Formats: sequence, structure tokens, C-alpha cells
Amino acid sequence: MNSGNPPQQTRPDQGPPPTDKTKMAIAAVLLMIPIVALLWVPSYAKADPELFGFPFFFWYQFLWVFICSALTWTAYRLTLSARGKGSRPAGEDR
Amino acid sequence: MTPHLSVMAADGGINGVALGVLIALFLLVSVAGFMASRFQRGESLESLDEWGLGGRRFGTWITWFLLGGDLYTAYTFVAVPAAMFATGAVAGFFAVPYTIVLYPIIFIFMARLWSVSHRHGYVTTADFVRGRYDSRGLSLAVAVTGFVATMPYIALQLVGIQAVLEVAGVGGGDNIIAKDAPLFIAFAVLAAFTYSSGLRAPAVIAFVKDILIYLVIIVAVIYLPGQVGGWDNIFGSAQEKMTTVNEATGKPTGAFLPGVGAGWAYATLALGSAMALFMYPHSVTASLSSSSRNTIRRNAAILPAYSFVLGLLALLGWVAIAAGTQPIGLDGQPNAQLVIPQLFEDMFPAWFAGVAFAAIAIGALVPAAIMSIAAANTFSRNIYKEWLKPDATPKQEAKVSKLMSLLVKAFALVFVLTLDKQNAINFQLLGGIWILQTFPAVVFSLFTRWFHRWALLAGWAVSMVYGTVEAYQVINPVTGKHFGGSLALVPGLDQMGYIAMTAFVINLVIAVVLSAILNAVKVSNGSDETVPFDYFADADDPRVQKDLAQHGAHDEPYGDPDDVPGNAPAR
Repeated sequence: MNSGNPPQQTRPDQGPPPTDKTKMAIAAVLLMIPIVALLWVPSYAKADPELFGFPFFFWYQFLWVFICSALTWTAYRLTLSARGKGSRPAGEDR
Repeated sequence: MTPHLSVMAADGGINGVALGVLIALFLLVSVAGFMASRFQRGESLESLDEWGLGGRRFGTWITWFLLGGDLYTAYTFVAVPAAMFATGAVAGFFAVPYTIVLYPIIFIFMARLWSVSHRHGYVTTADFVRGRYDSRGLSLAVAVTGFVATMPYIALQLVGIQAVLEVAGVGGGDNIIAKDAPLFIAFAVLAAFTYSSGLRAPAVIAFVKDILIYLVIIVAVIYLPGQVGGWDNIFGSAQEKMTTVNEATGKPTGAFLPGVGAGWAYATLALGSAMALFMYPHSVTASLSSSSRNTIRRNAAILPAYSFVLGLLALLGWVAIAAGTQPIGLDGQPNAQLVIPQLFEDMFPAWFAGVAFAAIAIGALVPAAIMSIAAANTFSRNIYKEWLKPDATPKQEAKVSKLMSLLVKAFALVFVLTLDKQNAINFQLLGGIWILQTFPAVVFSLFTRWFHRWALLAGWAVSMVYGTVEAYQVINPVTGKHFGGSLALVPGLDQMGYIAMTAFVINLVIAVVLSAILNAVKVSNGSDETVPFDYFADADDPRVQKDLAQHGAHDEPYGDPDDVPGNAPAR
């Protein structure tokens, strides 16, 4: 957040907290990417090109494990920053 | 039990060393389970929250193990590889995209559910629906569905334990008692430790289990492919088997890759399973027992590690094809569910086969315990206290919960004994058909109150009936039994699809159309006890802190009976 602190909520029991809508929208798009990619089965239901003996169908889906993980982590950082939480998630006991 | 069982099992033979290692590790874990009630404990295990949610004080890593416990089950170790072995990629490998798209989906809604639950003291999705719509009927529908859908999922775990014991040579004869003895033994052990220490037992055992499982998986995926001629040969053998014509059906045995037209089945199986998983009471329990809203989101980024390993496990089904594994039960009949234990017994030294058996058995035990606790919580809160005995004390509630956790396992046992266990993955898919129908009432309601409570109820009712009837009508071509699979023609599409998704679409259409009508004619949609802020509160919120503290060691009634506006009344 480069525009200073978000305004303090006077009645925290009422509305949602101040949120950077753009960042939340980007996070939503990042989360949709793996869903669309993996449900589009005809795009990867084929044997070639192979990698280490694995047909394309298999290694492609394994690849998405890592892509999805990275996208989800990015979306996580974005949602924290969109609500002005920065790097210190409250209440975390890790 | 050994003398006459060894006679019954003469055909397969008892693998003494493997069985010894299995029993030793099983006992070790059981002791750990009993001792677990001391782990991070509150003042007593008497209240339901303490017994069922572990006091809600688990951080990222314990939550990771707990959630992993939901995923690494007999489903991954026994059912998915067996499906790969028997009918190929469409029936089995969809589990990989399922467990990948799962995390973006829960990322989107689970944090909101965590926040609103801790602001209002909700423990189940039915609690939330009750608070959101002031509708006891809709809440009951969600609770009953959660309870019933968990049963086949637990049944799958029992099949997994049974498969291991059968390959190790215990039971499985023609004699009715000997045949199911291992099943009953496994059931008894599971029941005993769940009963005595609640969610903490699985949390501690989850560590032991994951260490065992990772050990076995690493050894299996590094060692086994080389033993059967490498991945080229594995995929070659699988392709050969899958394209061979099955004499019983006159069609190819299975699918090496999803062919033209099978993509729809593959995608709906993956998406339907992913949307369904976090509707189950046990997944909700595990998510709510995390210590902050963001624990779940951080977990969503690190949990896919499990999916990668799941994919490798699925491929072990094809390693077994290349290895020529013959999964023959002790009754002399082929049973695909035995393929992974049999592969391990054939390929590993006896002592390590025992370790692998223990990993599978404990890997089934942990989720079965978590599932039965969660289903029982749902029953005691949303059925017993809500409908049968509204003035029940927390102590009575916890007692009913414990008894129901036994009962739900007993029902699961009935599923195993009556349904076709040759296709165990179908147990999980059947549960998915039911539980997915609570998705609109729970998840959509986290974001909007546009949907009308009666419309949601009507959509749920129609889709439950549709899904059950469709699933009943799927007949296994070989055995002739009903509930033989979970794929059916999608009306108007001329493609096979997962019944759960078809039912879900019907559910959604009814909910949307009826909501529009009911809202237009201004039928009351109940009162909403939540406020928008509830969906964003984190562990630094005073009321959430109060909830976390109270539920750590309290014997007060549920809810937050204080004077903060918008708060839940005491229940």
C-alpha cells in the first residue's frame, strides 16, 4: 500500500474492511487460471511430446501442481496486501 | 485368532514378517492416539468443541497435516490406483486435476467461512445456514446430507484396511466370520481411539502417518519403476492392457488417455469431486480448527504437494500392470482393490512390505476417525440439539456426539458389506453426489443473500433424488449390481458426465428460478444474524478471540451471548 494507512473502521461490526478491489480482481483471475486450464481436457489429452518417458497428458498435469501452487501463493499475498495486512498476518502462531 | 484363520488363508498364506511389522506399527500408533489427548489440551474433553475441534488452536503446519489426512486416504492408496489398474486414466487419474483445482476453490470461500464461524460460534455448515437464513429446514437438509454422505467415504477407508489385511493373509476365507474378521478388528480399533481422544488423536497420528507414507511413496516411486523396465515399459504395458477388448463387455478394457468424448467425464469428475470435498463435515472441521483465517489460504498454496504424490500413487496402478501383479483375493476371485498391497508384497522385502501395509492401514484409519467425528458433531448439534433435545447440556451433546461417531462407522460397515467393493472409488463418488448438493446453500450464501431459503431447499431436494436415482440405475456390467458407477449420460449433451455435476446444475437452475420468483413476490427470506464484517474478521478481532478462547476450554452453551449487535443468540 503506497497511499498511507487505510482509514480506521469506526464501526468494525458493520461493513466489510477497506479493500483494494483491483488487487482482489487480479487474485481472482490468478485462481481461475488453473481451474480453466485443467478442465479444458482436450487441450492436453494426447501422448506427445513425451518427457522422461511420461506421455504429455501425465507430465502436463504434474506441471500444473507447481503452477497452481505458485498462483495460489501469489493470490494469497495479494489478498493480504489488498486489505492492508502487509506481511504480518494477525493471530498466526507459526 | 491365528490357528483357524491360517487355515482359511492357506491359499494366499500369511506373510508373517509383514504382518508382524504391520501389527507393531499399528499398536504404536494406537498408543500415540490414546496419549494424544494430552497434546495441547484444554481443561477437559467434556465439551463438544474441545473433543471435536481440538480447541481450534492449530497453526499452519498442524492444519496442513490434518487437511492432508483428509486427502491421503485409502482413496489415494487403494481406490485410485485400483481404478487405474482396472479401467485406466478416466476412472483414476482425474484425481490429480481434482486435487489441484481443489485449492483455488477453497481459497475463494473457506476464509469467509472461517471468519463467520468464529464470529458466531458455528462448528458446522448447517450452523451457518441456520444463522444466515433462520431456516431450520434448510439447516436440517445440510446436516442430514453431511451425515449420510460421510458414510460411503468411511466405507472406502474400511475397504482399504481390509485390502491390506487380506493381502497380509488375514481372513478372507469362505467362512463368514473369518472373511470379515479383519474388517471388524479394524473397525474396533478405530472406534476405540476415536472415542477416547477425539480430533487430537488423528492430529498426532497424522504426523506418524505422513512420515510412513512419504517413506513408502519415495521408496516405491524411485525403486519400483526401475524394477519393471522403466516408465516407457510401464506406459507401454498400460496402453496394451487398456486397448485389449474386455470379454464381458465387448469394449476396450479402459482408457489409456481420455479419448474423444471422454474429456467431459474427466473434467466433471475432477470439478465435482473438488467442489464436493470441502462440503464434507470433516473437511470443514479441519479447516475451522486452524488458528487464523489466513492459515487456510496459506495452506491452499502448500497443499498441492499432496497432489503431486497422489499422481505418482495413481501411476502405481500401471506399475502393477507392467509388473504383472495378480490381485487375487483369498476367496480366489480377482479383486482390483488388492493391487497396491499385492504389488508391495511381491516387490518389497517382507519387513518393508509390512511398513507399507502399515502406511496404508493407518492412512485409512486417520481420515476415517476425522470423518466420523465430524459427522457425529453435525448430528449432535444440528439434529439432536436442534430437533430432539433443545435443552441438552454441552456434556450431553458431547456424549451423543461420541455415540454417533460409533454409529456412523457402523453404517459405513453396512455399506462395505452390501455394496460392490470391487470398485471402491465409487464409494467416494457416491458420497460426492450427495454432499455436492449442499454447495449452493453453503458457498453461495457466504457471498450473497439473494438466494431464497425455500428455493435452495427445493433445489437440494430435487437434485438429491435425481442423483440417487441416477446412481442407482448405473449397473455394473460384470456383476450386475446397482450403484455400479457414478457416470451417466448428461441429458441433452449425449456425453457421459459425473452424476454429481448434472444434479448440481439442476439444483442451481431450480434455486435461481425459484429465488427470482419468491423474491419477486416478496416471500420472507428469514432474518440474517450475520453482518458483512463477519465474513472478514480475523484472529485479531475481539469477538473471534473470545470465541477462540472460549472454545478452548469452556462448558458454556454455544454462541456468544453478549450484547454486541448482530451477534448470535445462545443456542
